[in-house]
Amino acid sequence: MGLLSLFRSKPNSASIAKERLRIIVAQERGGRGGPDYLPLLRRELLQVIHKYVNVDPEAVQINLERDAGHEVLELSVALPQKPAV
Amino acid sequence: MTEIIVVTSGKGGVGKTTTSASMACGLARRGKRVAVIDFDIGLRNLDLIMGCERRVVYDFVNVINGDCTLKQALIKDKRLETLHLLAASQTRDKDALTEDGVRRVLDELIADAFDYIICDSPAGIEKGAHLAMYFADRAVVVVNPEVSSVRDSDRILGLLASKTHRSVNGNGGVKEHLLLTRYNPRRVANGEMMSVGDVKDILGLDVIGVVPESPDVLAASNAGVPVILSDTSDAAAAYEDAVARLLGEELPLRFLDEPKRGFFARMFGG
Repeated sequence: MGLLSLFRSKPNSASIAKERLRIIVAQERGGRGGPDYLPLLRRELLQVIHKYVNVDPEAVQINLERDAGHEVLELSVALPQKPAV
Repeated sequence: MTEIIVVTSGKGGVGKTTTSASMACGLARRGKRVAVIDFDIGLRNLDLIMGCERRVVYDFVNVINGDCTLKQALIKDKRLETLHLLAASQTRDKDALTEDGVRRVLDELIADAFDYIICDSPAGIEKGAHLAMYFADRAVVVVNPEVSSVRDSDRILGLLASKTHRSVNGNGGVKEHLLLTRYNPRRVANGEMMSVGDVKDILGLDVIGVVPESPDVLAASNAGVPVILSDTSDAAAAYEDAVARLLGEELPLRFLDEPKRGFFARMFGG
């Protein structure tokens, strides 16, 4: 915090931290109530998809939604724009 | 009526043992009968922080195994008459702690009319941490304003909500409190550290205390005197406030703003 810092504009790293945490915590809380096999299911699905399309691991989303009487397992895969070679 | 409080965090090195020792001292100083138990089997340290490491004869696992009575294993604090410590065992046997054994020790302390039992949890989410929280009525979740600590604490909140006696048996769950440690108001003001409000928003907990980063904490552990007993320290005052809030007093948070610094200090750094 000397004279120099008056002329330097610092990125606000605290707000970056907060935003990253907000996302990861929400995601992890979402998976918490779900069955234990979800992470494994996600990994194996990813492996199968990977045999055909080179997708980013981040592009596979699995959500378990609970309604009054039933549960819906939702799988969404975002395919890359160009098919990878 | 005995209240069992777990001091937990998930991540290591955030100040669980420092907090356990100080909260236990603070409660005892207010005349409460307190037993503080080190659940970190294999890595005993609460005795050092409390300054009674040379008086440990029997430990938690000895009591569970029936090698001695609970009375023989409880170490009476030399400063505060109503404060007692049960040291962790240094065994490497991971299965030394059992749910039944822990329950028996806690039941005996309850029968002995202790007001508070403080369970100092080990880091991680393994057996020791699980058993430290399992019988708790309340939890003090110790968090540093730093990403990995906050995330790990959220994991712990998930376990408190699902893997405790109260949650399993539907007794209203464990009451959770957030205690921020190593808080640096200057860095918060500079946008380099998450604020108490940020952490509170992310975790959704009520704040029981904010302990400023302070050289007194290391000095206190060097000396084996819980920091709450160092009279002139901000950290001590912050812990004292946290104890008061634990007992239901409503106090405004202190030490959230950077101490005023002189003109020269501000211009030339430091």
